[in-house]
Amino acid sequence: MQIPFTVAPRPDTGVNNAKIGVWLFLASEVMLFGGLFSAYIFLRIGAPEWPGEIGGHMYERASDILNVPLATLNTIILIGSSVTMVMSWASLAMKRFDRYRLYMGATIALGFAFLIVKAFEYGEKFSHGYLPAENNFLAIYFVLTGLHGLHVIGGIIVNMYFMWPGARMWKTDPKRFTNRIEIAGLYWHFVDLVWIFLFPTIYLL
Amino acid sequence: MSLKAFHIVFIVASALLSLGFGVWALTGDGAFSAAAAGVAFLVGAALVVYGVRFLKKVARTGYIAGGKL
Repeated sequence: MQIPFTVAPRPDTGVNNAKIGVWLFLASEVMLFGGLFSAYIFLRIGAPEWPGEIGGHMYERASDILNVPLATLNTIILIGSSVTMVMSWASLAMKRFDRYRLYMGATIALGFAFLIVKAFEYGEKFSHGYLPAENNFLAIYFVLTGLHGLHVIGGIIVNMYFMWPGARMWKTDPKRFTNRIEIAGLYWHFVDLVWIFLFPTIYLL
Repeated sequence: MSLKAFHIVFIVASALLSLGFGVWALTGDGAFSAAAAGVAFLVGAALVVYGVRFLKKVARTGYIAGGKL
C-alpha cells in the first residue's frame, strides 16, 4: 500500500504530511523547552543571588562557575553541524549520494564531538561535587543542558539510521529519501537553535 | 517552512549570538576576553558572509528543490 503525501504536498495544507508531522512535533518541543526556560526565569527572579552559594563559595556570575570556553567550542561545533546537515540534503537534491555520505558523516561526527565536550564539562562539575541537588542554578543548568544533550543523542541515532540502514531507500525511492533527510535536518536545526538560546541564557547572562 | 528557510533563520540567530558574545567578551578583563571577542566577531562576520552566499545560491540556482522558502 502506498502511503499518500509523503513527498507530494497535500492539496489542503500545501505541504507534505512528513513536514506537517515534524513541525507539530517541533511545536511540542517548543512548549517543553519553553516551560523550562520559564522555570529558569522565575527561579532567577526569585533568587537573591544568582548563581548564589555553591560548595561554600559565593558566585556572582554564571561564567565564574561554568566553563564558557568549552561551551563556546560546543556552539561552534553545532553551528558547523547545521551547515553539514543542510549540505547533506542539498547533495541528495543534486543526486550526489557520495557527497551526501560525506556531509552526513561529518554531521554525526560533530554531534559526537558535542557530546564528548559536554561530558568533559559535566565531569569537571561532578569532580568538584557540583550536583543538581546543590542549588537551583545547578539544578536548572543540568536539566536544560541534559535535556538538550538527550535531543542531540536522538538526532545522532536518526542520522546514523539514515547514514547506514535507512540509506537503502535512495535506490528504491530517492525523492522520498531526500524528503526524509530534510525532515531530519529540520529536527537537527531545531536542536541546534535551542542551544543558540541556551548558551547565552545559562552561561553568559 | 522548508529546511533552507529554517537554515537561514538559524544562521541569522547564530550571527546575532556571535556578535552578542563578542560584546559580552569585551566587558571582561584579560587576554582571553580580548581573544574571545576577536574570534566571536570573526565567526559572526563569516556567518553573515555565508548566509548571504547561501541566500544568493538558493535564489540563483534553485537547485535545492522541494518545499517553499
